[in-house]
Amino acid sequence: MGDIEAVKPFPDSEEMEISFGPQHPATHGVLRVMVKLDGERIVDAKPIIGYLHRGTEKIFERETYNGAIPHTDRMDYTAAATNNQGLVGAVERMMGITVPPRASYIRMILAELQRIASHIIWLGTHALDIGAQSPFFYTFEEREKILDLYEEYCGARLTLNAMRVGGQPYDLPEGWAARCKTFVDQFPARIAEWERLLTTNRIWKLRTVGVGVISAESAIEWGLTGPPLRGSGVNWDIRKVFPYDHYDEVEFEIPIGAHGDTYDRYLVRMEEMRQSVRIVQQCLARLPEGPVMAKVPKVIKPPKGEIYFSVEGPKGELGYYVVSDGGANPYRLHVRPSCFINLQALPEMVRGQLVADLIAVIGTLDIVLGEIDR
Amino acid sequence: MTEQDNPTAPAETPPQAPAAPKAPWEEKPVTPVLRDARDHALVKEIAAVLPGVVLEAVEFAGQVTATVACARIAEVCRTCKERLGYSFLVDLTAVDWQERPQGRFDVIYWMHRFSDSRRLRLKVNVADGVEVPSVTGVWKVANWMEREVFDMFGIYFSGHPNLERILTWEGFNGHPLRKDFPIEGIDTGAAVYPDVYPPGGGPVAGGEGE
Amino acid sequence: MANPWVLFLLVPLVKIVVILGVVILLAAYLSFFERKILAYMQIRIGPNRVGPRGWLQPIADALKLFVKEDILPSRAEKFVYMLGPVLVTAPALVVFSVIPFGTGFKLFGAEVTPYLTDVNIGILFILGVSSVGVYGIILGGWASNNKFSLMGGLRSAAQLVSYEVPMGLSVVTVLLMASSLSLVKIVEAQRNSGVWFVFPGFIAFFIYFVCGVAETNRNPFDLPEAESELVAGFHTEYSGMKFAFYFLAEYANMVVISSIATVLFLGGWLPPFPNWLAGVWAAPVFTWIPTVIWNAGWFLVKMFAFLFVYIWFRGTFPRYRFDQLMALGWKVFIPVSLVNLMAVAFGVLLIGGSR
Repeated sequence: MGDIEAVKPFPDSEEMEISFGPQHPATHGVLRVMVKLDGERIVDAKPIIGYLHRGTEKIFERETYNGAIPHTDRMDYTAAATNNQGLVGAVERMMGITVPPRASYIRMILAELQRIASHIIWLGTHALDIGAQSPFFYTFEEREKILDLYEEYCGARLTLNAMRVGGQPYDLPEGWAARCKTFVDQFPARIAEWERLLTTNRIWKLRTVGVGVISAESAIEWGLTGPPLRGSGVNWDIRKVFPYDHYDEVEFEIPIGAHGDTYDRYLVRMEEMRQSVRIVQQCLARLPEGPVMAKVPKVIKPPKGEIYFSVEGPKGELGYYVVSDGGANPYRLHVRPSCFINLQALPEMVRGQLVADLIAVIGTLDIVLGEIDR
Repeated sequence: MTEQDNPTAPAETPPQAPAAPKAPWEEKPVTPVLRDARDHALVKEIAAVLPGVVLEAVEFAGQVTATVACARIAEVCRTCKERLGYSFLVDLTAVDWQERPQGRFDVIYWMHRFSDSRRLRLKVNVADGVEVPSVTGVWKVANWMEREVFDMFGIYFSGHPNLERILTWEGFNGHPLRKDFPIEGIDTGAAVYPDVYPPGGGPVAGGEGE
Repeated sequence: MANPWVLFLLVPLVKIVVILGVVILLAAYLSFFERKILAYMQIRIGPNRVGPRGWLQPIADALKLFVKEDILPSRAEKFVYMLGPVLVTAPALVVFSVIPFGTGFKLFGAEVTPYLTDVNIGILFILGVSSVGVYGIILGGWASNNKFSLMGGLRSAAQLVSYEVPMGLSVVTVLLMASSLSLVKIVEAQRNSGVWFVFPGFIAFFIYFVCGVAETNRNPFDLPEAESELVAGFHTEYSGMKFAFYFLAEYANMVVISSIATVLFLGGWLPPFPNWLAGVWAAPVFTWIPTVIWNAGWFLVKMFAFLFVYIWFRGTFPRYRFDQLMALGWKVFIPVSLVNLMAVAFGVLLIGGSR
């Protein structure tokens, strides 16, 4: 991998340099951050990524369109359903396929459950980073229930591969909707429980209020999307602005923060989980009957052209840029990775703060290295 | 209805449409067509502030692509941001058209503006080895995106503050997303830990491919 | 039996062995209790594989640490690196020599006290000896030649030094009330006055306990070894038995802090509310219990109450940040404990201490 001196990011500094990661308990995978410290204060930070690079975009080029879906699962491996949703959405729009409403609603249910599951991981690990151990276990208990629902639907718990171009591969199993409803109905009580543990906790507020502040202008300049952008007070959600599936038919609100600090992003995500519960409840209530697969040619061959389609993933805007040359394989399939772009703002957010804040900010950005490195 | 949705596919049709003989998902899909978009409102806006800069404009599935000259891209982007309100760079990437005569690569800029939630794609054709003016001065977010394009395609961006490889390592041989990079990969020597690394710290392109 | 050599050498030696054995076992089992209690707080089961219901887990842990490779980093300062764990563990164990677990009793006709010695400056001895432990942490962190260790060592130096001040001040309030430095006398003063010092000195008690948590590097003040920030802080590079020493010292220190809190504020071995409930404790249900077990039992009950709170903290609180920790120490605890000290001094002057 070459020696460390060769990539020494701060050539002539007298402050202490410290390499956080790639093997570190709180960097959420193999992120490496070169930090220049003056005592405990961060003078500069430089994320170094690529330790998990697998060439996913190159692999896409050799796969068929449906064959590329399992590879999207492995990008943001905590949010496989939304990853799938983005890719199939892009290809469907390219081919002019209309998805049957039942399939569309199933997609929304899967995607919103995935958003909850992803936020659950975020909450557990974020709290663990800040030093609160117990929320991790409380949250993962709920996540298990979501994964059980997934397992029942498609057999997989993590890498779902649960969507196809043109619809859904399977209809919902018998009684699935009822079990899903049981879960979402009890879930808000769990959120309230976690909030009792953290939201008004003095130490939690000391550690998060005013930490990792980024203004709305700065957030737009740095291309932040998702909760980090909304935490800064920008009302921006792909589900509202460019509604896909049937998001324009369900009622939900976009929580936004005011100060752009870690605490606001925490509140935004907690509220997003409640809104996702609302969406799932509405979807289950109005789930139409009918087929789950549209009339789709056997070999998916979109016409020559290019399209960008994005969904609101749990971490931000997840976009797929598909270039087709008319063949059965994508000529180029580029992913706009929300975590990659959100992570770029890290130095901006931690400069001048303390080491402990770096950990809090990495947590609040909610990064998944699988998507950053692809 | 938005730009992202395909205008030819009424995705939001209520499922209980009584009169329709057949639901749209039972029909054969109607593919969107590529059409010229020189008179599209978004393209006209650019042409109004920067006459003659748009070389070509097409529309596909409701998304407008304007091709501009490579040398002027930074200027066009700055104007788009400052005068047309495209404050948000959504995505920046590249496509390799290996055998194309008028420049091998396309560099794609996908911009968004919040005032009316419209998106516009800018595109430049770049020949191999030609430097593209960097837009990091326009949007800070372009920094890592351009580094990624450099890393994956070997396209140089002039004026970039820190044009280093980002996903592969310093000394990696080749640019993986070029079409002539073997899709099964190259032997980078990274997994076998040899006693002596090849000169340059990396492997030889296409040499001992598995 | 009256051979003076027996009394002078054999009895203390036996006591040393018993106390050391009990303390080390207690520290080992404290880790087991911590894991178990934490597990139940976090809706999981905890260790339950080794022995019946996991009761042999600490033994297995100790064996594992014994046989693990003892890594010596090639660029470490070797002598200091090896000195660190010793400097941390020895004071933690030495302190137990003056902690009184009960009153004296007769064994084979000889007067035996369930503590090693009653030094007339006991509390000073404890404060003095236990502050040596911080050197072990600083030196260990520095000698590892690791930046995370160094930062952990620096953090703990600042933290332990600044929290010793309010801790000492809150101990002084007890000394004022008891008019003695001897731990046995302090307990006896509480028995004579009929009220535990936690009631007149509840502010001092609170400050003492919170500072005690900080002194032992426990959550929410576990910054020197903050896992998510500094990997493992000062003991990042330690493995095998050296790590086990740090581990032992941490838990022994928890026992020390809890024991001293028990002695100073909760009446040591005294049963609750000695004068008011004396009739109850003299009832036949209780009187058959030998005095030594009765006393040590009450001591242990109180001590474990403290230890439970320690573990409870760990299950509940996030971690403080370094500057917040310092601010809390210097801007809150030191002024409050100073004011409290003056208030208690006036109170003692007006009401009179327990002389």
